[in-house]
Amino acid sequence: MKNILGRELPDYIEGYGKIEPFMGAFNNTGIKERKSVKVSSVTPGEEKVLASIEEALDKVQIKDGMTISFHHHLRNGDFVLNMVLEAIAKKGIKDITVAASSIFPVHGPMVEHMRNGVVTGVVANYMSGPVAEAISRGELKKPAIMQTHGGRPRAIESGDLHIDVAFVAAPTADTYGNINGVGGKSACGALGYAVSDAEFADKTVAITDNLVPYPACPIEISQIYVDYVVQVESIGDPKGIVSGTTKITKDPVGLKIAKMATEVIKASGLVKDGMSFQTGAGGTSLAVAAELKEVMKKEGVVGSFAAGGVTGYIVDMFEEGLFQNIFDVQCFDLQAVESYKKNLRHQPMSASMYGNPHNKGAVVNHLDIMILGATEIDTDFNVNVTTGSSGVIMGGSGGHSDTAAGAKLAIIVTNLMKARLPIIKDRVTTVTTPGESVDVIVTERGIAVNPRRTDLLEKLSNTNLPVMTIEELKNMAEKITGKPNTIHTSDDIVAVVEYRDGTVIDVVKKIK
Amino acid sequence: MPGNNPGMLQNAGILGADSIILDLEDAVSLTEKDSARVLVREAIKNVDYSNVEVIVRINPLDTEFGAEDINVIARVKPDTILVPKADEAQIKQVDEMLNKIEAEEGIEAGAIKLIALIETAYGLETIYDVIRVSKRVVGVLLGGEDLTSDLGVKRTKEGEEIFYARNRVVAACKAMKIDAIDTPFTDTNDYEGLAKDAAKAKSLGMTGKSAINPRQIDTIHSVYAPTEAEIKHALRVLDAMEEAKREGKGVFSLDGKMVDAPIINRATTTVELAKILGLIR
Repeated sequence: MKNILGRELPDYIEGYGKIEPFMGAFNNTGIKERKSVKVSSVTPGEEKVLASIEEALDKVQIKDGMTISFHHHLRNGDFVLNMVLEAIAKKGIKDITVAASSIFPVHGPMVEHMRNGVVTGVVANYMSGPVAEAISRGELKKPAIMQTHGGRPRAIESGDLHIDVAFVAAPTADTYGNINGVGGKSACGALGYAVSDAEFADKTVAITDNLVPYPACPIEISQIYVDYVVQVESIGDPKGIVSGTTKITKDPVGLKIAKMATEVIKASGLVKDGMSFQTGAGGTSLAVAAELKEVMKKEGVVGSFAAGGVTGYIVDMFEEGLFQNIFDVQCFDLQAVESYKKNLRHQPMSASMYGNPHNKGAVVNHLDIMILGATEIDTDFNVNVTTGSSGVIMGGSGGHSDTAAGAKLAIIVTNLMKARLPIIKDRVTTVTTPGESVDVIVTERGIAVNPRRTDLLEKLSNTNLPVMTIEELKNMAEKITGKPNTIHTSDDIVAVVEYRDGTVIDVVKKIK
Repeated sequence: MPGNNPGMLQNAGILGADSIILDLEDAVSLTEKDSARVLVREAIKNVDYSNVEVIVRINPLDTEFGAEDINVIARVKPDTILVPKADEAQIKQVDEMLNKIEAEEGIEAGAIKLIALIETAYGLETIYDVIRVSKRVVGVLLGGEDLTSDLGVKRTKEGEEIFYARNRVVAACKAMKIDAIDTPFTDTNDYEGLAKDAAKAKSLGMTGKSAINPRQIDTIHSVYAPTEAEIKHALRVLDAMEEAKREGKGVFSLDGKMVDAPIINRATTTVELAKILGLIR
């Protein structure tokens, strides 16, 4: 069968199950149910602190075939996923599904567990590094499931993704399981991606390197969800916790793109009091924030909120009074952590509050302007941020499709060519975000507006901006780079790409 | 733009500069001179720089690379060649080589222009001869770094040490009706200093300024850009001129003041500049 984007899908995939094809960004809505959760009640006098991860594995009665979960707030500095998997492997447990909100190069040791059958399933919103490469080569038994930051809490809350045990890396935890991310040597700030896991898992184990006396205020994840607490020497490497890409680009091409994107935002009429804004932490995206900052200052505009993974640049705008609030699902640098710690209007949000399409309204629904990147874009405006030019998994939606769906103006900023490759193609290798959610593409050589947005086209036609069709943009790039050959993959499906509502938007095939 | 960087050569034309210098000289190490020459040749042949002027800075003719630079680059017809450490003899020699290559390649005679890079005390003091020796010379670029080194003085941000050189270049260029292009400002992170330096050079009569990093382009343009009031006034001058033409008047006035040729010229330049900078459509 084909989904609405014309992507060929089987009806059923072994190791995944029946496929519900993607039929439009807001096709699968209406009355939804949350699953009920089993809770082991705790009575006065009971202790939650355990001596080791091994003891925790015994207490939660870990067994073959279980699904265990992790959050990615420690990013490429995370030690917890590797420690837990090693302990599980030592116990001889097999057939584990790892549901980690993201997987990074630091999680390379997992590849060995995939090869020896300890790990047979992976569910993640983003993955890069050895694990992603091994999955692309077909080294995982079941197809990996790629979700979105909003789709993951949806799946957990609905029961589509049942978590047997959630292991929550806790920068600070108390003896009764209250957790926060602002204290301790591994402080990472907001813990938005861990919230649904803790609430909906059958068992939740906090793993901390900063065990404090009760209570660990401010409490971000409450004791009422946490079964056990384990103290370890270190949950992560602070150097890896702070993301590497949170600097404004110095590349003149990136800066030019950012300037043009800001002109698009101005022309859209969205720069006004009460506006909301989100940008990723890539160099060009941050440059848009820097440009927009100047525009807002000049025009005396005060925004309602900035959202997202939060960087120091967003904090600066907030502290200068350009935004009244910040919604923070994850802090990207220490300045963001500090701000989150001290300012009540720097508000945490769970991943569900951020982007779950099946709750009573996510923050993305209130977004005016969203700045996004792309690995590939096709002439239908579909965007790929999941696979690279060779077909290997090197990312994933993260919040890409959630924010694109919600924002009034979703702007893709990208170089028209990266190295020797054109970015715009007839057909993207993998669809991550459907074209219907993408409003405009800004490159250094031209701007393409989604033909659905006739209003925006009209506004931009009154400017000096180089607006053209996406086909013209594609031809311009191909004139320089030539047309790249199609990547040949095998027929084996190595990953299923779920849209935020749980329907299947695409699949990733094994590389040859 | 370093001539040995393909990515930069590819994008050089879209960064907002009116002219781009593809460099074969100081930005390219000795071991990469030949590969840079080939890359720049291919870039000129294949990259669409649209209406951006393409200038190639060659190596001086007294090095082993200079003559071959001209031999290879001139055949693909760049708009302009920038001659470093320019003096009369070198410009003459380049001019003669270009005459020959243009004839061989069927390029219109004199089509390839020259900009003299004045960066020695000798070049500065003989600047008239440097300009007059070839009709191809359409501009002078002042090279402040090498010049101050030759003068044995310290280069400063304030630029007092090049005050005379700037004046000398401006006067000679204006006398010969060619462009006077100011030396670059080398601190790429000091935009305020860049704006001051550009404003100073503009006030002395420089017609443009070179940038050492694409990030400097906007600041330079904003200094050289006409103000809103200047644009308004220029448009009114041109409107008044049109009206006078229609009415068959030779001489006319605006706001009670006579409008003569220099005012019309200035208004035309202002409007052209405003159009280029996208300030008016």
